Amino acid sequence: MYTVDYSKPQDARAAQVEDADRLAAFDARVAADDFIEPKDWMPEAYRKTLIRQISQHAHSEVVGMLPEGNWLTRAPSLRRKAILLAKIQDEGGHGLYLYSAAETLGVTREELIEALHSGRAKYSTIFNYPTLTWADIGAIGWLVDGAAIMNQVALQRTSYGPYARAMVRICKEESFHQRQGYEALMVLANGTHAQRRMAQDALNRWWWPSLMMFGPPDDNSPNSAQSIRWRIKRETNDELRQRFIDATVPQAEALGLSIPDPALKWNEATQHYDCGQIDWEEFYAVVRGEGATAKDRIQARIDAWEKNAWVREAALAHAAKRSTKQAA
Amino acid sequence: MSQTFTLSPAELALRLGDDALILSHRLCEWCGHAPTLEVDLALSNIGLDLLGQAQFFLNYAGEMENAGRDADALAYHRDEHEFKNCLLTEQPNGDFARSIVRQFFFSAWQQLRFHELAKSGDATMAAIATKALKEIAYHVQFAAEWVVRLGDGTEESKCRVADGISWSWRFVDELFTGEDAALRPAWEARVRATLNEAGLDLPAPVRGITGGREGRHSEYLGHLLAEMQYVQRCHPNAQW
Amino acid sequence: MSNVTPIWEVFVRAKNGLSHRHVGSVHAADARGAVEAARDVYTRRAEGVSLWVVPSSTIIASDPGEAAALFAPAEDKIYRHPTFYVVPDNVKHI
Repeated sequence: MYTVDYSKPQDARAAQVEDADRLAAFDARVAADDFIEPKDWMPEAYRKTLIRQISQHAHSEVVGMLPEGNWLTRAPSLRRKAILLAKIQDEGGHGLYLYSAAETLGVTREELIEALHSGRAKYSTIFNYPTLTWADIGAIGWLVDGAAIMNQVALQRTSYGPYARAMVRICKEESFHQRQGYEALMVLANGTHAQRRMAQDALNRWWWPSLMMFGPPDDNSPNSAQSIRWRIKRETNDELRQRFIDATVPQAEALGLSIPDPALKWNEATQHYDCGQIDWEEFYAVVRGEGATAKDRIQARIDAWEKNAWVREAALAHAAKRSTKQAA
Repeated sequence: MSQTFTLSPAELALRLGDDALILSHRLCEWCGHAPTLEVDLALSNIGLDLLGQAQFFLNYAGEMENAGRDADALAYHRDEHEFKNCLLTEQPNGDFARSIVRQFFFSAWQQLRFHELAKSGDATMAAIATKALKEIAYHVQFAAEWVVRLGDGTEESKCRVADGISWSWRFVDELFTGEDAALRPAWEARVRATLNEAGLDLPAPVRGITGGREGRHSEYLGHLLAEMQYVQRCHPNAQW
Repeated sequence: MSNVTPIWEVFVRAKNGLSHRHVGSVHAADARGAVEAARDVYTRRAEGVSLWVVPSSTIIASDPGEAAALFAPAEDKIYRHPTFYVVPDNVKHI
């Protein structure tokens, strides 16, 4: 998922210098729900916004492998271990699909990775929270992937063809992620006293960060309107967040767990749940990299990339030698 | 080549299951940390194949034991000295070269061993081996290709893969103890072909280190099991 | 030598009888590595029985700017379609 846009509002000047006719034709195509394909003309701001959004999403998938990877070697049964390994592997695959989509816009994966490692590119704040018990793995599947799916389903109809196609593939594969998480929590919720406590504690810690995954409230989300016009965002942060809350509350009830929000209440008039205030101070602090594990997460990615650079260099050197040999 | 294996089927299932279990655990440690996303996914695939094999073998070992233990009970509730995996599989990942050499040596051995097992009169073991052979063929090929890329890549990668070979070479003898000794020539031929393609030589014989098959392990296994078994041991009798 | 690993476009044949279909791309230093990466990335759920990988740099694509010249002239040639022709209802198998 993980498509929250943390950037400053776009520089409008770039668009102004572009051919007004082409811009009008482009806007009309997008408004008519036509897909934009890689070689098509597109406004520079659209291209840049897409690169940022798709790469942020890709980075989130890849960084998102780490908090779950933290429990892979401690998974409590062979079945759970296989499920978790397959799920984390899917996330790597999703990152890869998304990097591929971004590459069609004229950036290299290497450049995108460099932007992540240097801190210029962001990833979802949710992965800067620690995974403290096995129940966190269930909670991530249920809540974090559940929130992700809300966004991703909408993005299957996004205006940029390669992005939309990546999302279709991702959504198909994601469908097991949320279910496995919920199932894992269900076992804990019906388990021993210690397991139930573990499950409730995980919900307590992951509930609010999950709500934050949808990004700042609409009145404080400067790029939303343009992104919605461009069909690279299909619904607003608050709409998606509300849909997630409405879907999740009954699921928590079915587990016999309580959502850590005393203000949470069904509103008969709106036919939605009302909920308490989200702590946006915390959200922005985590965006700034002040989350408990932010430094560890990014360092792990830097290490994987830099300490293994020799492997990629060796493969390229070998390929070069081999093609020289073949040419001779 | 046809052989009769004098090990009891239960003991053999335990050995082969533990090999797969422990090596898949090591591959899990790579998850999220590999040189590229593509390699990350590949190592996870191999890990999942091995984890599947482990479940089949250990469940069967449990059945034959007939004491109510399934694969999970065997994986999570045995102590170090009860594990029968070969020492090679429990060696730490080291760098990518060391992990790839370990994989290549192990998978090349597994391939030969499972060819024999597929002919076994024990239908369950034969079926597990037959299924696994398809997976193993890919593991051998994947690892061998990386050995060649690294050996015939840069100076640095050549040094690293040579280090990896020397690290793992000590544990090769253990793969060929007892009846498995007959598999050694074919294994060496397979390994030599790849090393030669990589511009490397088969190392000179060294004094082999053994003991895993008897439950005498390296220092590494205890740490691995402490991590792997921690949740189960903390919460006895809980379901997961 | 560039330090950027080449991109390969991946095509999967879902089953025999169908043609290969583009599914995405992978990075690999060589062709064999590209096939394996394509296998590990795009066929984890038994999506295919055959793979093609093609260096992205070797694909020649038509220019969207020429789309009108290339494709619009076909639009009014409706006589190429069977529905253009009127045949009485009582005439069968045609």
